[in-house]
Amino acid sequence: MDRIVKSYEEELKRLRELIARMGGLAERQVADSAYALVRRDAELASEVVGRDKPIDALEREVDAYCVRLLALRQPMASDLRFIIAALKISQDIERIGDYARNVAKRSIIIASQPFLGGVNGFQWMAQLVQRNLKDSIDAFVRDDADLAERVWAADAPVDDIYTGIFREMLTHMMEDPRNITAATHMLFIAKNFERIGDHATNIAETVHYAVRGAVLPEDRPKADVSLDVPPPAPTA
Amino acid sequence: MANDTGTIAQATTPETRPSAGSFGGMTARSGAAMNSARIAIRSLDFYYGSNKALKGISLDLPDRQVTGMIGPSGCGKSTLLRVLNRMYSLYPGQRAEGEVMLDGQNIIAPDIDLNALRAKVGMVFQKPTPFPMSIHENIAFGIRLHETLPRAEMEERVEWALTRAALWPEVKDRLHSSAMGLSGGQQQRLCIARSIAVRPEVMLFDEPTSALDPISTLKIEELIDELKQDFTIAIVTHNMQQAARCADQVAFFYLGELVEVAPAGEMFTAPRQKRTQEYITGRFG
Repeated sequence: MDRIVKSYEEELKRLRELIARMGGLAERQVADSAYALVRRDAELASEVVGRDKPIDALEREVDAYCVRLLALRQPMASDLRFIIAALKISQDIERIGDYARNVAKRSIIIASQPFLGGVNGFQWMAQLVQRNLKDSIDAFVRDDADLAERVWAADAPVDDIYTGIFREMLTHMMEDPRNITAATHMLFIAKNFERIGDHATNIAETVHYAVRGAVLPEDRPKADVSLDVPPPAPTA
Repeated sequence: MANDTGTIAQATTPETRPSAGSFGGMTARSGAAMNSARIAIRSLDFYYGSNKALKGISLDLPDRQVTGMIGPSGCGKSTLLRVLNRMYSLYPGQRAEGEVMLDGQNIIAPDIDLNALRAKVGMVFQKPTPFPMSIHENIAFGIRLHETLPRAEMEERVEWALTRAALWPEVKDRLHSSAMGLSGGQQQRLCIARSIAVRPEVMLFDEPTSALDPISTLKIEELIDELKQDFTIAIVTHNMQQAARCADQVAFFYLGELVEVAPAGEMFTAPRQKRTQEYITGRFG
């Protein structure tokens, strides 16, 4: 049913577009940071670092716009949930941008370090979180609670891969201490991707609430068992 | 805001997640706990002649809480208020069927003592309706209809009512001047004082602030919030923000039906019914 006040509808549409644009920028940042890592492309990585500012600027714009809408429209029910969701999602996207930038920064260092081999895990992980990010933003733009719920449930493989990388990097470090610098950066990078995935999940949860008005259960499928890995045995 | 993410702290606590996407329990359906019902309405139908204006309404007004009634014009919310103190009995051709229980009595039964009922159920209208007499007499007049008080007690009661209505400090030095000289907001508080002077159980407010300026409106809302310590309150309002500010529970009416009733915190964040959602987000044609 159409809204009586048309200008209000336009304002909410603009908010939706701002989030979509932010999400698009962040998706590209995640993709390019992963590409720069895998290709050992320090130049692309530097570009990614420089492209974080527009995301931060958009977050501030969304913040100001939401505060304005809250004050002037005094939204209720689905409108209220939508605006609060936009406010939260913009924060998640901003953090995702920060993580991508951090991946890029570390990729620059790694490009000059000894090659540790297999980056398949990273590629796969980046693809998964990228897809979750894209789907969660799409879910917001289309008010699609079902899609949001699928994203929310799909984070477990990311945790699995993270656990695998954790073991692999421990092995590299134990094999040769000269690998420690690169392997540590690689670990942080894996952690960053994992956290990007967490933020994508948060966005999905937020979208679900905005659309349905009900929160998802607290327990989410979770498979990060890196905490269960025993510490490396002291070298003899 | 921008920060470097690979800190030691993060590396050692991989299980920490960014805050989950919940909204501080805004959706908790339980919300504010509701008291037991002071008025229990069951299967209430109401007719203006052959026109059915209320259709099978069942609603509890919880004791010492505020029930806000919202809905578009002609939805039946004011009609329901008029049923609760039998105002409609003044008009031929208007009748109610069903049950409205107050203190174990069905108040829409024909044998109810209307004067006693209206002492129990006070009402305040959209426009202030002071009587053209002194401030003091406006209050004392209503009390005399229901009880005979010695002079000293009458003075006490008048002061009590004006104090409860947050008007006493403003009028105590001119109790015997005309009520018509008060401002709109003061007149409305005088009407509230007049209603509570007979110590009712239930107070009905029919758009009590729609003729008032914003400051007077806030004073009335503050007053309603205080009055609910002693009285069960129903308020009809066109102003949804007002319902959100004042009411513990909110009932949404549409075309003579009660569509949804929920604690205010739920009603205005996550209503269950599509029609409620459309109305409170301004999508009603």
